[in-house]
Amino acid sequence: MGGLVYFSSRSGNTARFIRALGLPAARIPVAVEAPMPAPRAPFVLVTPTYADGAGHGAVPKQVIRFLNDPDTRAQLRGVIAGGNRNFGALFALAGDVVAQKCAVPVLYRFELAGTPSDIARVTEGLDKFWKTQFSTAI
Amino acid sequence: MKDFAGRPVPRAINWNRVQDDKDLEIWNRLTVNFWLPEKVPLSNDIQSWSQLTGDEQRLTIRVFTGLTLLDTIQNTVGAPALMPDAVTPHEEAVLTNIAFMEAVHARSYSSIFSTLCSTPEVDEAFRWSEENPHLQQKARLILDEYDAASQPLKKKVASVFLESFLFYSGFYLPMHWSSRARLTNTADLIRLIIRDEAVHGYYIGYKFQRGLERLSEAERQEIKDFAFALIFDLYAIECRYTETLYDPLGLTEDVKAFLHYNANKALQNLGFENLFPDELCRVNPAILAALSPNADENHDFFSGSGSSYVIGKAVATEDEDWDF
Repeated sequence: MGGLVYFSSRSGNTARFIRALGLPAARIPVAVEAPMPAPRAPFVLVTPTYADGAGHGAVPKQVIRFLNDPDTRAQLRGVIAGGNRNFGALFALAGDVVAQKCAVPVLYRFELAGTPSDIARVTEGLDKFWKTQFSTAI
Repeated sequence: MKDFAGRPVPRAINWNRVQDDKDLEIWNRLTVNFWLPEKVPLSNDIQSWSQLTGDEQRLTIRVFTGLTLLDTIQNTVGAPALMPDAVTPHEEAVLTNIAFMEAVHARSYSSIFSTLCSTPEVDEAFRWSEENPHLQQKARLILDEYDAASQPLKKKVASVFLESFLFYSGFYLPMHWSSRARLTNTADLIRLIIRDEAVHGYYIGYKFQRGLERLSEAERQEIKDFAFALIFDLYAIECRYTETLYDPLGLTEDVKAFLHYNANKALQNLGFENLFPDELCRVNPAILAALSPNADENHDFFSGSGSSYVIGKAVATEDEDWDF
């Protein structure tokens, strides 16, 4: 089973999603000066979306800083993105941006803190995903 | 010279010393998203409007006067009522932006009316909005909380429920028309409003959560009980409002799923758990697609058919932020 790394601002939506998943996860800190997690094993990133109406700034700055480390980036296997369908076509855009930048799949999209159905799908999806990842890697 | 204690002179706002980063983040988001109804070519909907039946036209105008009332309340009472409770000067500034955008929203429904409808039809609908008991009742419940100065957090609860829940019985209809290729420009305008309301609900909900953190466990529980009681009351009214409007079109159950889904999102903005189980929130996929067009074009890996997912799509990114 691979790891999980997530970012959540003080609105706490993504943090509540991670808590509901109940899987161990490292948090990318909100504060600039706080130490950044540096995973050296395969992981999936969970990030909210902050895009404005034109799609700019979708990925939180803290997540960009985290991914700017090439050794960290080398371990990224997929991204799960939070958002709000009220933003129309830009819903959960951060997932698409990270996927494109890092050449990994968008595994799932959810709204705000997610629903019980989202949690069930992601739990099952991650389990299958890591089994495939590790069976092809070895 | 007579000595009198006037209102204290406020401190000049310094945006280079921000106590809460969210204030700046939301200020930037709202100002970048600024729009006016003139931006949307509503007149392209004239032909589409003429293809609706008389009943469908009347329903649409009524729904839009109902939405106008909520925007008017938020513009003139709701957002200003939150200002005295602001904990930072920047929060006050954000609230003035929210108040003004609500005026833009209210104004934009009149742009739709002047483009598509006759004056007597519109006058009739505004009269209807003043007399409709369900619309008046939900407005009353919210206004009562805005007037009660006892607990600032209750005002925020009422505000988030207005922004993130009460609008949706109305927003449903333009999304429904849009899913049938009707009034698509009007739907584009409504989507701009929907986007703004999401930011408003998120921000006020965020400030609510910061305020809640400072209370004792007993006080927090009291506020939470209040919030769930209020959403139950509003939901009961919304159900009756929905039935009177949508029963003739046979859409009531479809609208209710949308209400449940949005009630949960309103509660999430406040940091609370969902009220309605997922089975009651299965929104018609055509409505979801109208709400976020193209958003599901790229299948995600977990819910897609396995290999059909796409790794990203070309999007604008600020490359100076990314080192690689």
